[in-house]
Amino acid sequence: MNAGLATATSGRVLRQVRTDHRTIGLIIVVPCVLLGLLAWIYNGTPVFDAIGPALLGVFPMIVMFIVTSVATLRERQSGTLERLLTTPMGKGDFMLGYAVAFGALAVVQALVATGFAVWVCDLDVAGPLWLLIVVAVFDAVLGTALGLLASGFARTEFQAVQFMPAFVLPQFLLCGLLIPRDQLPTVLEWISNLLPLSYAVDAMKEIARNPDPVTAVLSDLGIIAAFIAAALAVGSLTLSRRSA
Amino acid sequence: MMNNSGPAVAVSGLQVIRGKRRVIPGLDLEIPSGQVVGLLGPSGSGKSTLMRCIVGVQIIEAGSVTVLGHPAGAPVLRDEVGYVTQSPSVYADLTVRDNVAYFGRAVGLRGAELREAVDRTLEEVDLVSHADQLVQDLSGGQESRVSLAAALVGRPTLLVLDEPTVGLDPVLRRDLWDLFRQLAGRGHSLVVSSHVMDEATRCDRLVLLREGQVLADVTPEELLAQTGAADADAAFLALIDAETARAGASSTPSDRSAS
Repeated sequence: MNAGLATATSGRVLRQVRTDHRTIGLIIVVPCVLLGLLAWIYNGTPVFDAIGPALLGVFPMIVMFIVTSVATLRERQSGTLERLLTTPMGKGDFMLGYAVAFGALAVVQALVATGFAVWVCDLDVAGPLWLLIVVAVFDAVLGTALGLLASGFARTEFQAVQFMPAFVLPQFLLCGLLIPRDQLPTVLEWISNLLPLSYAVDAMKEIARNPDPVTAVLSDLGIIAAFIAAALAVGSLTLSRRSA
Repeated sequence: MMNNSGPAVAVSGLQVIRGKRRVIPGLDLEIPSGQVVGLLGPSGSGKSTLMRCIVGVQIIEAGSVTVLGHPAGAPVLRDEVGYVTQSPSVYADLTVRDNVAYFGRAVGLRGAELREAVDRTLEEVDLVSHADQLVQDLSGGQESRVSLAAALVGRPTLLVLDEPTVGLDPVLRRDLWDLFRQLAGRGHSLVVSSHVMDEATRCDRLVLLREGQVLADVTPEELLAQTGAADADAAFLALIDAETARAGASSTPSDRSAS
């Protein structure tokens, strides 16, 4: 792997996003609108304080999953990926470039969404705010890594978009947002232990209720990082230099 | 640029299957260094597939493809071989300059060297005045020139160009062919496929493909002399007709014995 090539790729991806103002708007504004809606629905109850942080972790993952899987599929279809792989650009440089570019976008998204939740919607968390942002960025990079992986199995943009409900909704249902994970039927609890979003939500819930959550959150982040590495590694296998 | 005393490309016993069809049933070919070699043939004759084999992105069934002394697609070749696909493969949502610069970075150019290479390339493909426009706002011909620039920027030893002049006006086509000739003069090797037969006369050598096989591997002068035709178009038709007649003649006796 070569840092210069990965940096060149992330710079290029960010330049592409910069020309697409509507996508930037959607990435930044949609999570705020959804959080605002939720705060309004649960106005006057303690529910928003309990699930608000978890959603701060879920939104970046979903948004980055969709953006990345469509962007990578476009690279495959336009022939730019095949062309890049005939140059010294390696699969790892390519994947890392995407992960870094969307990770940077995720930092902006997490800062705005967290700021909005805390100062506009009065979200109250026991733990430190900066940790919320760190977890949100990890979740966004996780979404990017899973999106890169999913795009390897999509032949059309329709399929790529359908992978969102297929990959993400089961994780959403089992991640402990609807009912705590230890109250799920045993088999479902096992399954939820195998899904990365569960650890993202665990970390966010820990920050919501624990004034000193750093140790617990670090172990969750370690697991999320392992999922990211695994998804990038398996995803890079779907990028082949040669085709029939 | 890589020093190489042997041929730019050596293909032996190449077989390729795409889908269920044997697109290349067995092909031997040598492409000399420092020349512009035209790859001609009707659509479906295997031109693009052969080019994909040379750049090493095609899964092959049998045979070998050696490029600049290394197996096609080998890591040492990746900044030595430039490839332009038939449909432009560049980023529509980037400016012309950003596209060319990115592909320049991909082959390791940085800083002042990169800037100079990008400026030089934009001039070569006549896109200086469009440098800061997004590719999606360009015409088809301009877009294919961006795609060509993305391969030229790294000054590869071997350039593989699949129909680079489709949709371009005559002035631009002439300028590009002048550029190809200049590059060959400086020791670069070029493989250029084309439908346009009048471009054939600007090549050093012509390889005529039909159904994945080499029908002729000659200089333009030899082609005209062999067929007695007045231009490349007529010469090509004459060759195809002769080949069809030969194939028909060899199959006739067995047809008779069967009946």
